[in-house]
Amino acid sequence: MSDKLLVIGEIRDGVLRNVTFEAIAAAKKIDADGEIVGVVCGDQELEAQAQEMIYYGADRVVTVAHENLKTYTSEGYSQAIMAVIEDESPSGIVMGHTAVGKDLTPKLASKLDSGLISDATDIEVDGEDVTFIRPIYSGKAFEKKVIEDGLTFVTIRPNNIPALDRDDSRNGEVESKDVDVTDLRTVIKDVIRKASDGVDLSEANVIVAGGRGVKSADGFKPLYELADVLGGAVGASRGACDADYCDYSLQIGQTGKVVTPDLYFAVGISGAIQHLAGMSNSKVIVAINKDPEANIFNVADYGIVGDLFEVVPMLIEEVKKLKGINV
Amino acid sequence: MDIYVLLKKTFDTEEKIVVSNGRIEDDGAEFIINPYDEYAIEEAINQRDEHGGEVTVVTVGDEESEKQLRTALAMGADKAVLIDTEDDLEDGDQYSTAKILEAFFEDKEPDLILAGNVAIDEASGQVGPRLADRLGISYVTTITALTIEEETAKIDKDVEGDIEKVEVPLPVLVTCQQGLNEPRYPSLPGIMKAKKKPLEELEIDDLDLDEDDVEAKTKTVEVFLPPEKEAGRVLEGELDDQVKELVSLLKDEAKVL
Repeated sequence: MSDKLLVIGEIRDGVLRNVTFEAIAAAKKIDADGEIVGVVCGDQELEAQAQEMIYYGADRVVTVAHENLKTYTSEGYSQAIMAVIEDESPSGIVMGHTAVGKDLTPKLASKLDSGLISDATDIEVDGEDVTFIRPIYSGKAFEKKVIEDGLTFVTIRPNNIPALDRDDSRNGEVESKDVDVTDLRTVIKDVIRKASDGVDLSEANVIVAGGRGVKSADGFKPLYELADVLGGAVGASRGACDADYCDYSLQIGQTGKVVTPDLYFAVGISGAIQHLAGMSNSKVIVAINKDPEANIFNVADYGIVGDLFEVVPMLIEEVKKLKGINV
Repeated sequence: MDIYVLLKKTFDTEEKIVVSNGRIEDDGAEFIINPYDEYAIEEAINQRDEHGGEVTVVTVGDEESEKQLRTALAMGADKAVLIDTEDDLEDGDQYSTAKILEAFFEDKEPDLILAGNVAIDEASGQVGPRLADRLGISYVTTITALTIEEETAKIDKDVEGDIEKVEVPLPVLVTCQQGLNEPRYPSLPGIMKAKKKPLEELEIDDLDLDEDDVEAKTKTVEVFLPPEKEAGRVLEGELDDQVKELVSLLKDEAKVL
């Protein structure tokens, strides 16, 4: 087939999220010869973001700017993107499986009377047949899914399908489309920033996660420091969240987030099956626990049996040395 | 207020997943209410207790789903509806479920519909937003607080750790995130009462649907388990040497630093 695939870009703090570029790569995988049309929404000039999508592989990009698209709402964004879909009649749509992707895509799928395969981590292509692989039971198992009828509509999990190399010699047309975004019932009154360091758990390459063994909110401080020197994010087990050491938004596990970073530190985490479900597909797992019998050692690539309050500060120093950060 | 909760039964989180013939083996597995749906039930009961009205719990499932519905009734819901698709729908997807629920709600006038933000089995999170779109009402996903003042819902929405303060007029569909409340356990008197509460059983014919109307748009062709992770190396020696060894292993062997 040689069709047209729409990639919905996602902007946060003025820049495209990396998963947008991964979505372009996914679209290329679905149809190597197809035309890839990016779409981005916002309330301001979107030329720079559109160009960036082209550098990462989009053939052309449609931008929709409107004052009602400043903050994402499903009502506003679905109006803008449906208008583009009606113009373009794509054969497929790809977006990141992020908070916005999860919220928006089911609404679009409903309007399009379409199926939707959410949270794909891999794509297999055999001739015309495209199969999507996605985790179920929080990664305890995987399923292969195909589209039976209609649009190839998929969201992809961040960090799993590598983006193409950026090539700023690529050219493509950027078209700005006027859409009247009206009749919004949902109003965002305020946004309280709690996710501090800007590295989102679901997109982080490195995660430092703490469990009950961390003992207190204060005990998480060295974990934040380690995450910081590694350019990663902090996560937690349910035990640590239930004990109020940290916010539920950091929880990793069967309830909570499912993550697949390159490097996962499980610090003072015993390794309950529910927690393992959320992290055991990480590429490399390091366990630090003073209990040598802890279940976490059964899934860890590397383990250190010892007191986390001794090990983590040493680790911070060693990583700083490695990265040439002044100690 | 007319309050509805969408419920799904899922495997107990303690369950190991066994695959045979490319399918998940569910013989003998323990089922529970999807943990995120428990927040929805708890919130529905609290909103009813504050504003009056009735809580109806709805599931699309099989006859075994009655157990989870009875649990919801024992927690304090007033009525339950089981839409049994076992005979009519072999492999439904989120499109199918949303269509069925749309038909169910056709003659209802809900003020508030609550669901879990995701089910821990298939984890697509699609049915809530799809249904809201079908019904032409607003939705807010991953909520961590809900206050209803007159005809307006004031909501805290979790967005990857940030909190959005959202206001939306009723009717609205919300999907519940951890942190919203602490779901109660059913009390013994609650369990006794639940046995007598109304539980309506429907099939898709009763909703004027036939199999073609709800035919899935996507299909699962295979289920498989991830490769068993081998236990790795537990380092030995003095702690500071272990830490040095770990960093060099992460850099040179695993190549992740």
